[in-house]
Amino acid sequence: MGRFEPEKMVGRVLMLFSITAVVVLLLIMLFIFNAGLPLFTKVGVLDFLFGTRWVPSKDVYGAFQFIVAAFMVTFGALLIAVPLGLSCAIFLSEIAPRWAKNIVRPAIELLAGIPSIIYGVFALVIIVNAAHITFNLATGETILAASIILSIMVLPIIISISQDAIEAVPRLYREGSYAMGATDWQTIHRVLLPAASQGIVAGVILGMGRAIGETMAVVLVIGNVEKFPTGFLVPGETLTSAILLEMGEAVVNSLHYRALFCLGIVPFVFVLVLSVLSSRLISRNHERFE
Amino acid sequence: MKSLVCFVIALTLFGGCVGKDSKDLIISGSTTVQPIVTRASETYSTEHPSVRIGVEGGGSGTGINMVAEGSVGIGASSRELTAQEKTKGPDLVTTTVAIDCIAIVVNPSNTIKDLTLQQVRDIFSGKIKNYKEVGGPDRPIVLVEREDGSGTRSMFESMVMGKTDVSDGALQKPASGAIRFTVAGNENAIGYVGIGYLDDSIKAISLNGSSPDEENVRNKRYPLSRNLYLITKRQPQGISKDFIDYILSPEGQDIVKHEGFIKIKP
Repeated sequence: MGRFEPEKMVGRVLMLFSITAVVVLLLIMLFIFNAGLPLFTKVGVLDFLFGTRWVPSKDVYGAFQFIVAAFMVTFGALLIAVPLGLSCAIFLSEIAPRWAKNIVRPAIELLAGIPSIIYGVFALVIIVNAAHITFNLATGETILAASIILSIMVLPIIISISQDAIEAVPRLYREGSYAMGATDWQTIHRVLLPAASQGIVAGVILGMGRAIGETMAVVLVIGNVEKFPTGFLVPGETLTSAILLEMGEAVVNSLHYRALFCLGIVPFVFVLVLSVLSSRLISRNHERFE
Repeated sequence: MKSLVCFVIALTLFGGCVGKDSKDLIISGSTTVQPIVTRASETYSTEHPSVRIGVEGGGSGTGINMVAEGSVGIGASSRELTAQEKTKGPDLVTTTVAIDCIAIVVNPSNTIKDLTLQQVRDIFSGKIKNYKEVGGPDRPIVLVEREDGSGTRSMFESMVMGKTDVSDGALQKPASGAIRFTVAGNENAIGYVGIGYLDDSIKAISLNGSSPDEENVRNKRYPLSRNLYLITKRQPQGISKDFIDYILSPEGQDIVKHEGFIKIKP
């Protein structure tokens, strides 16, 4: 029997807790795959991924239109959020006076804390109607509306990670650039942005993961039409909104239930790949300046 | 010593997560039946303060599944059991507690007042794309329907659509309230909701000249009505029986009426 060592004990307890997170992740993975994958004994993988008809009552499960809509919504959101977020990050890290920083930074963090259902209701009342009137559409519930609200939701992620990346660029780089007679703008876009590029890309990737998984705000504004989306001004239905709409009514362990879990596997795998990618980019960004 | 304290605190926090649900009766299922059950459970609890009732939504399918699994005492459903559900839960007993009626609704600014069932079918199948084809204003038609598996949707599909499919261009909404919201906000929209969801923000269309109201539902002149059920595993007994009896009592049926549904007897 060794002596009672408090230090070691605390260490072990904390380790136990942190392992719990990993175990939970593995269990969730196991559960989702276990519930979803048996679908492929009845439905072909290619039919599922590239089929465009989704008729649960006839056991036809083609998810291509959901996949395409999810990616359209996500890339649409990034198209809006990346330029905005990057400019904001540059402003905060290089240009903003202290008082402006003290207002903008907390406001952005607050933006990240708003529940997604609130974004959804806001978008349903404001953005959907704006799209309805502006583009003279039959309905404003469109992929565009979902992209716009998602872009606001991913802004905080892109801004804070890009800002950190830009601020991590050593002082030496800046001073070297100014010493050679470069202007502020030349320093920013020739020196700082290239130096911080990996961190910025990591922020964008994390934002992408957030966008593709977001459900509540999207389901309220996208219209949920199981038709192949032909553009940004038509309604669509994403992977996650299909799950939300149909899970309550799917009989447990039926083919429909399994198909819905398979819909979940798609963004799950996608987000998994994205987060591995982004964490490697972030750590490489830090290594570069050490 | 410090670590011991930490450990105890951690244990307490963990232990706190494991709570026991102290509800005596849980009712889950159709969001159509939910307002009746919620209101009834409130008044029932004031008369029986010792009984606690929890009401959950989730849809008819969920309610039926959960009562079959035994995880809730009563399931609420706005449709009859499917053959599949009957084989899965052969001992399920359904009790009719109210009559619901589906109304076809449009935006109040729409001049259409009356349609035939055939016209409604052609509108929802996508064959008719503009209101002017059925005597209305020159506006494109935006269809709004419930999600696949909804009790209201399956009622609409069996009573109106028959073998025809609803157009795949229809917007899908997860609740009747969401359909009302969409139709109230879009002058092009047409949808369907339970009669309990009708209010001034939307306009109900009459079918073959009969408007969706109690009299027309009772004498079967208005074609789209259905029974609402509470479902128990085996014959209701104990608190479940007492609660279902309460909803069937005159007081309970007043609640049914108050919530916008139709009493099972006049």
